[in-house]
Amino acid sequence: MQLRNLLAALMLTGLVTSPVLAQDAAALNIRSLAATCAACHGTDGRPVGGSTLAPLAGMPQEAMLAQFKAFKDGSRPATVMHQLAKGYSDQQVEALATYFSNIKR
Amino acid sequence: MKRRSFVGASFAVGSMGALGSLVGCASTGSIPSKAKVVVVGGGYGGATAAKYVRMLSDYQIDVVLVEPNSSFISCPISNLVLGGSKTMGDITRPYGNLNGKHGVTLVKDRVSSIDAAKKTVTLAGGASIAYDKLILSPGIDLMWSSIEGLQAAQASGQILQAWKAGPETLALRKQLEAMPDGGVYALTIPLAPYRCPPGPYERASQVASYFKQAKPKSKVLILDANPDVTSKGPLFKKFWADNYKGMLEYQGGHKAVAVDAKTNTVKFEVQNDVKADVLNVLPDMSAGSVAVKSGLANANARWCHVNYLTFESTAAKDVHVIGDATMSAPLMPKSGHMANSHGKVVAAAVVAQLSGLEVNPNPMLNNTCYSFVNDKLVIHVASVHQYVAAEKTFKAVAGSGGVSLGPTELEGVYAMNWAQNIWADTLG
Repeated sequence: MQLRNLLAALMLTGLVTSPVLAQDAAALNIRSLAATCAACHGTDGRPVGGSTLAPLAGMPQEAMLAQFKAFKDGSRPATVMHQLAKGYSDQQVEALATYFSNIKR
Repeated sequence: MKRRSFVGASFAVGSMGALGSLVGCASTGSIPSKAKVVVVGGGYGGATAAKYVRMLSDYQIDVVLVEPNSSFISCPISNLVLGGSKTMGDITRPYGNLNGKHGVTLVKDRVSSIDAAKKTVTLAGGASIAYDKLILSPGIDLMWSSIEGLQAAQASGQILQAWKAGPETLALRKQLEAMPDGGVYALTIPLAPYRCPPGPYERASQVASYFKQAKPKSKVLILDANPDVTSKGPLFKKFWADNYKGMLEYQGGHKAVAVDAKTNTVKFEVQNDVKADVLNVLPDMSAGSVAVKSGLANANARWCHVNYLTFESTAAKDVHVIGDATMSAPLMPKSGHMANSHGKVVAAAVVAQLSGLEVNPNPMLNNTCYSFVNDKLVIHVASVHQYVAAEKTFKAVAGSGGVSLGPTELEGVYAMNWAQNIWADTLG
């Protein structure tokens, strides 16, 4: 499943292309999952200019994984993200980290 | 980038410019006679759904959005117009990017009827549009008949609701400005569920904040049909006690049943009448009328039952209902953020179905509702919801979500950043 997610994320960024379908269900599902971040962090993780909310587009995978972990275990103080982070499984967080690391800033 | 947007027929419409265009009733000839996806209602739910069907289909599925208003006016942040720290301009955004950037065909009209068997919608202007998939985001309607005398008092401009942000928001602000110091503003709240659970308490806080600065002898009276504050209760009540003591009074269990416009009085099921200088009466709410009269409001004739995996109506095939109009899943608020979240799940489901792909078996939703307790200090409630296949509904993820510890200016900054970002995410 994780390999499939990775492949899907790579397809999204054009590093790997599918000769038949523009996208498969797994790719669509990851884009749909990532869209749940967009209300606060901007479409595709690009907030509007001047926003203090973190841009997610282009965030290195390891950085996002570390931030989520810190929000979940409380080591990074937050107003909202510690509450939202706990709603996402480790597998979902990995998929999000892969996805956003491959989006152009 | 190898992944390119396929420029479809509807993108030609999009090339009309960044300002976009609203196809008006006068030019019936340019309203498309069919579209793969027709979206009804350009609020937080419908506008998001329209944009994300385009994006998630790599611009291969054509989308028509039918919306009667010329621009988007946000309900979130609109209470700050009543408090005086924001203007109507601050909460108004254009629809143009949906067309100019995303190739959504915008039709400025109202849907008068839906024929789910023939899969067409008919517009008030007379045109009809055939669809493969209909996404209905009709918002709420105010049930005037739930409070005797209210419809006439509202129509005359005397007793306002201002619950749908728009001209009434400004009109209510003008009533507050005209009220003499020492006057009473009374807000009545209907039984839940209604649009925006913390909204009435934020509104009362905003009016109290304004009175504290400009009319310190005045009073805010909250008359709530619910037994207690329905959202962020301890946070609101502590702030009121600490900051608006003697100015703001809360009374639960007050179900309004009638108004008398001659004396500006509201009558209750049980308690004595209350007279106020400015009366702001919120009646019961239901799904938007187009959903109700199309037979889609199959929950108590008020809300629309949906299959939560796809948001398809349980009453009509290929008709998907999102936003406040839906029968809410447990702990799911009727909010702009939640409607935006619905819009993305329905967009992914519709794109999958029209592309012959399996629908996402694990859709996710989240919500953050900020409330301004004065012009700077903010509290929030947040939640994450996952689809639970065994129960065919969304449930809050155990251990997630919560509220603020207390009001902070930092959350005030985040709240305005949230507004800017969700407006851009919803409208392009």
